Amino acid sequence: MGVSLKIALAGEGGQGVQSVAEIISEAAYTAGYQALYIPNFGVEQRGGVSLAFVQISREQIGAPKFMLADVVVALSHRAVDRSRQYVGPETLLIYDESLRDEVRSLYGTEQKQLAIPALVVAQQEMHPRVFNVIILGVLMQVADLLERSHVERALERRLGHKFAQDPSLRELNYRALERGYQMGKGGVAV
Amino acid sequence: MAIEAQPQMPRVWRAETKPHKFCPGCGHGIILKALGEAIDALNIQQRAVFGCDIGCSLLAWDFFNLDTIQTHHGRTTPVLVGLKRARPELLAICYMGDGGAYAIGAQHLVSSVSRNDPVTIIVANNTQYAMTGGQMAPTTLPGQKTETSPYGRDVELTGRPMLGPELVATIAPSGAYVARGTVANVVQLKNFIQKGLSNQLKGRGISFIEVLSACPTNWHTNAAETWHFIEKEMSKFFPVGELRTPDGEQRQEVEHRGRQP
Amino acid sequence: MVTKPIKGEQRSFMTGNEVIAWAALAAGCEFMYGYPITPQNEIMHYWTRLAPKYERGFLQTEDEISAGFTTIGGVLAGKRVFTATAGPGNVLMQEAMAMAEMMRLPTVVVVTQRGGPSTATVIYSQQELNLTSFGGNGEGLRIVYSPASHDDLFSYTIKAFNSAWKYRFPTFVLGDGYQSKMRAPVTLYDPEERGLTMEPCYPMVGLPGLPGEEREPAHLRNTYNLEEELFAILSDSIKDYESMTPEVVEWEATAIDDAELLIIAHGIVSRAARAAVQVLREEGLKAGLFRPITLRPFPVAELRRLTGQARRLIVVESAYGQLEKMVKTALYGLKIPLRSYLRPGMGITPEEIVQFAKEL
Ligand SMILES: Cc1ncc(C[n+]2csc(CCOP(=O)(O)OP(=O)(O)O)c2C)c(N)n1
Ligand code: SF4
Ligand SMILES: [Mg+2]
Repeated sequence: MGVSLKIALAGEGGQGVQSVAEIISEAAYTAGYQALYIPNFGVEQRGGVSLAFVQISREQIGAPKFMLADVVVALSHRAVDRSRQYVGPETLLIYDESLRDEVRSLYGTEQKQLAIPALVVAQQEMHPRVFNVIILGVLMQVADLLERSHVERALERRLGHKFAQDPSLRELNYRALERGYQMGKGGVAV
Repeated sequence: MAIEAQPQMPRVWRAETKPHKFCPGCGHGIILKALGEAIDALNIQQRAVFGCDIGCSLLAWDFFNLDTIQTHHGRTTPVLVGLKRARPELLAICYMGDGGAYAIGAQHLVSSVSRNDPVTIIVANNTQYAMTGGQMAPTTLPGQKTETSPYGRDVELTGRPMLGPELVATIAPSGAYVARGTVANVVQLKNFIQKGLSNQLKGRGISFIEVLSACPTNWHTNAAETWHFIEKEMSKFFPVGELRTPDGEQRQEVEHRGRQP
Repeated sequence: MVTKPIKGEQRSFMTGNEVIAWAALAAGCEFMYGYPITPQNEIMHYWTRLAPKYERGFLQTEDEISAGFTTIGGVLAGKRVFTATAGPGNVLMQEAMAMAEMMRLPTVVVVTQRGGPSTATVIYSQQELNLTSFGGNGEGLRIVYSPASHDDLFSYTIKAFNSAWKYRFPTFVLGDGYQSKMRAPVTLYDPEERGLTMEPCYPMVGLPGLPGEEREPAHLRNTYNLEEELFAILSDSIKDYESMTPEVVEWEATAIDDAELLIIAHGIVSRAARAAVQVLREEGLKAGLFRPITLRPFPVAELRRLTGQARRLIVVESAYGQLEKMVKTALYGLKIPLRSYLRPGMGITPEEIVQFAKEL
């Protein structure tokens, strides 16, 4: 992928999409890129879909939101629907494997897509809490724009205070990140 | 409390908009259930107009099968008072938060009460501004941390929790009904709201019910902590009970613990 | 003297609201008044966390009418103070701002525009341009800055205090919900280390000396008996306003020298417009951008001069013609076709502007 990247992340509140967006944009910023991240916010999103827009570029970034993303990440049934408008012919759609039917019925098989078993892996092998860190790893592998060290530094900045309280969390998060990177490589591109 | 085999929706609830949009564990849903049951019991769906404020109460704009007006922050009372003056046969219900009632809308509240406007005002007191993300409100407890009192509410600088029903009871002319209920006692709450609505039906005067409500989202509490906060912390400052009933105009004494130094 | 929050230059990655709180701190602002409203809230949240550490104060008022008038009180006391609001809060604030305009009080208000009218959205718009510029019962003798980046937010918040106290007109930083909520890079600095002197503040009441004996009492009024009295006062204010205008107006021009198609946009939309200009140029269209930074006073002379050889004008804004109206007034008498891309309450992307320009 080139030196300009537009990512839209969509998930349920509590799935941690805003944290992922924050970490990616912060990592890009420390890596010397122009970076811009904006969450969607409104009065009725208490129970609504949480959306995050991230842009990374070598050049100054124009508008904070965009019409079509290079990568769309959809992490829940409603998120698949809600993020539809940002998916263009060239967009790579990343989603949790559990949403395959949903995605198929909406997009068919033409769309560039990557299904990842993040939910299952988080639940069965790690902890539901690190679901979003797996996603982070997948995205960073796929985007192939930032060095791992920048991502890790941003992760530390965001979660360091929790790691300090419970060092086993650090290990868990790094494991999730690594797992995400692997999934990004070996994921079933359809 | 009666054990319900199946949680029944009040008739006046609009099924198409359920489940509602409040956060899990929110007090607004409980209050609106009590209100719905009171409306059902009085059989006034045909005549009632529901006004909601801006605050989390705004999420109730499509909550009932009632004609509903979503107004501006703090302005629900004057909008419904205007309506009631023009169409006295309607039953005006003003639903708002503590910020809407006691801060930005305080002048409307005071004026409506002293005019004894025949409307029913229901205030959800969740000790802060919930919709905007948990800032300090007039009702925030001493020492309580909010987004604009990050080091705890300092009563020297920002005052003590506002006692809405006590204020209203003090200035209301005869015929007023004033009470404070809590989401921790739904049977009593429904009773208070029903009495408040009846008061309007009988054309006696204003009715005002504050309700101790829950906001687990901004309190950052789990279920047990939420109930503890309402029953143990809030009730220290906000005594539950009836303050004014028009029947015989007796004034019931409730302990004003919140006023002690 | 209050302590310095920033030493040297600090590169950071943060939200616009955080930038504004830091800017006010760096400017030596001593007090903030405010009432919660999205998307302004976090200015207060950051301020209430930081303020005690730097001996600054905060008062949460009961509404924006009060926030506006308490801000006036702080100004009269001689303090560098500010408030922040948006949407319906900006509406309520106008009563106090009309008084500030009449009495020449250097109030500073940060507006983070959201969708309107009414409560509308808490998200974003450019629909508060008219209100912020002309919201009172008066002539709009105000200074309105329109930032387009986090660096702008920082600089123009600092500058707002200086312009307000130097010229004594109510001054506004007209941001928006996007700028408030987005995270982007910014460089924070101490204004004095950059050679910027902060305009001194001074009390207008509570002055030393016994009033009536050792000095004249301060009798500050906004009510006049005679039409002639008011007219004389306003004429003075208007004269001051017009004579400060050349010093205060700011604008930015991009690729304008040979531009045949001139896009006019302010605030965050100007960023999309700049990106669009680049694309249009790559496609062989001679496009340029004029971005007014002060919307009051409006850079009339500069716009007239720079429209020079343009054959077409496009106004782009997230409102239904509020900037367009200012542009048309400024260009009165010039015969250049003007078309506008108007999206009230909606964000605008470079792609949309490119498409609109090509369809002309
Ligand atoms: C004039 C105006 N100022 C500010 C706001 C922003 N605002 C929306 S809701 C709200 C506070 C709500 O608090 P409360 O009334 O206690 O209701 P809750 O959300 O806690 O139920 C505020 C300040 C607004 N909508 N209008
Ligand atoms: S923020 Fe609080 S008051 Fe608002 S819906 Fe959620 S729990 Fe209820
Ligand atoms: Mg409240």
